[in-house]
Amino acid sequence: MKKLFGPLAVLAAVLFAVAPFLIANAPYESTMLLIQKIFYFHVPSWIGMYCGLAVAAVASVWYLFKGSKAADRYAVSAAELIVVFGLNGLISGPLWARKAWGVWWQWDVKLTSALLLWLMFVAYLLVRKYGGPGSEKLAAAVAIFGAAVSPFVYVSVNIWRTMHPKTSVVPDIIKNPQGMAAPLLVSMAAFVVLFILLLNLRVALAERQDALDELYLALED
Amino acid sequence: MFVRTALLILRKDFAIEIKTLEIVMTTLFFAVACVLVFSFAFVREGQAPPDAAPAILWIAVAFSGTLALGRTFERERYAETLRALLLAPSPRPALYIGKLLGIVVLLALDELILVPLIAFLFGAPMFGRPLLLAAFLACGTVAFAAVGTLFAAMLMRSRTRDVLLPILLYPITVPVIICGVRGTAALLASPPDEPTATMWLAILFAMDVVFVTLALWTFEPLMSE
Repeated sequence: MKKLFGPLAVLAAVLFAVAPFLIANAPYESTMLLIQKIFYFHVPSWIGMYCGLAVAAVASVWYLFKGSKAADRYAVSAAELIVVFGLNGLISGPLWARKAWGVWWQWDVKLTSALLLWLMFVAYLLVRKYGGPGSEKLAAAVAIFGAAVSPFVYVSVNIWRTMHPKTSVVPDIIKNPQGMAAPLLVSMAAFVVLFILLLNLRVALAERQDALDELYLALED
Repeated sequence: MFVRTALLILRKDFAIEIKTLEIVMTTLFFAVACVLVFSFAFVREGQAPPDAAPAILWIAVAFSGTLALGRTFERERYAETLRALLLAPSPRPALYIGKLLGIVVLLALDELILVPLIAFLFGAPMFGRPLLLAAFLACGTVAFAAVGTLFAAMLMRSRTRDVLLPILLYPITVPVIICGVRGTAALLASPPDEPTATMWLAILFAMDVVFVTLALWTFEPLMSE
C-alpha cells in the first residue's frame, strides 16, 4: 500500500482541485439555487463515512475471529475516519437544513440514523481510549453491533419520521444528468480517494505505534 | 448439555439473589425513582403530555436494566467466578444464555411493578391489550438484555466499566427504545391501533433474533483471552 501513497495523493489533489470548478459551473437547482451546492460536499462526506463503516465492520469481524493485529489496525483507523467524515456531514447537513428547511435540525430518518451511527463510533473510540487492556475486542464487538444495528436504526426511524429527500435522489441525478452528475461523481471520487489515503496513513501510523510498543517491551525484558 | 448449563447458571444467579434480593430491590427502587423524576419533569397542571406514559416506561426499563447488568456482573467479578465458569468444560454460549435469562427475569420483575405503577400514575390504559403489551415487554427486554449482557460481560475486565456500559448500550439500543415506545403508544391509543403495534412488534422480534444470534456468535471469541 505504501507504493500507492504517492499516486493516490496526486489523484486526490487533482480531484479536489477540479471539483470546485465543476461545482461552480454546475446548473442551479430550481428551488434552492446556490444553497444546493453544499450537496456536492455533504453527500460525499457521508459516502466516506459509509466506506469507513464497511471497512470497520469487516476488519472487526476479521480481528475477532482470526486474531489478526493488522485487521485491528484497519478497524481503529476506519473508526476514526468514520468520526471525521461523519462530523463533516453533521456540520454541512444543518448548514444546508437551516437554509432549505428553515431549521438547523430535524428528527428525520437520515439525520437521526446518521447521528446514531456516528455516536456508536464515538463510543467505539471512547472504549479504545479509556477501556484499558483488552478493549480492542470490546471495540470490535461495538463495531460489529454498530453495523448490524444500522439497518434497524434506519427502518425504525424511517417509520418514526421522514423529511429528508429519498435515497433515490443520488441515482436519479446520475441517471438524468442536467449537468449535476459530473460534479457529484467527481466530488464523491475525491472523497473516496481521500478516505483511502487517510486510511493508509492512519494504518501506517498504527503499525509504527505497535512496532514501537514491541520494542519497548523487548527493551524491558 | 447446552440447556442444562444455561439453566444451572440461571439457578445459581437465582439462588444468590433470593438470599438478599439486593439487585431486585435496588433496581426496582431505581426504576420507581426514574418514573417519579420524569413525572416531575413532564407533568404540567396535573396533566402528563400524551405519549408520556410509554416513554417513561421504556426509559425506566432501560435505566434500571443498565443498573441490573452492572450489578450482576460486579458480583461475578468480585470472586472471579466468571473466570471459573469460563474455565469449566461447558459450552460458552450456554453461559451467555444463562446470564441473559437471569437479566430478563430480573427486568420482568421490574416491569411487573412498573406497568401498574405507570397505569396508576398516568391513567394509562395499560391493560387494554394485555397479551400484546406482554409481548412488547418481552421482546424489548430480550433485545436490550441481549446486547447488555454481552457488553457487560466483556466490560468486566475494564476499569471504567461503570461509565462505558451506558455509553455503549444506549446508542446501540435506540431502535429497541423507538420500537418499544412507538408500539406501546399505539397500544395505549384509544382505540388501540393494533396494526401499527404488531408492525413494531415484528421489527422488535427481528431485532431479538439478530442480536441474540450475533451475541452467541461473538461471545466465544470475545470472552477468550
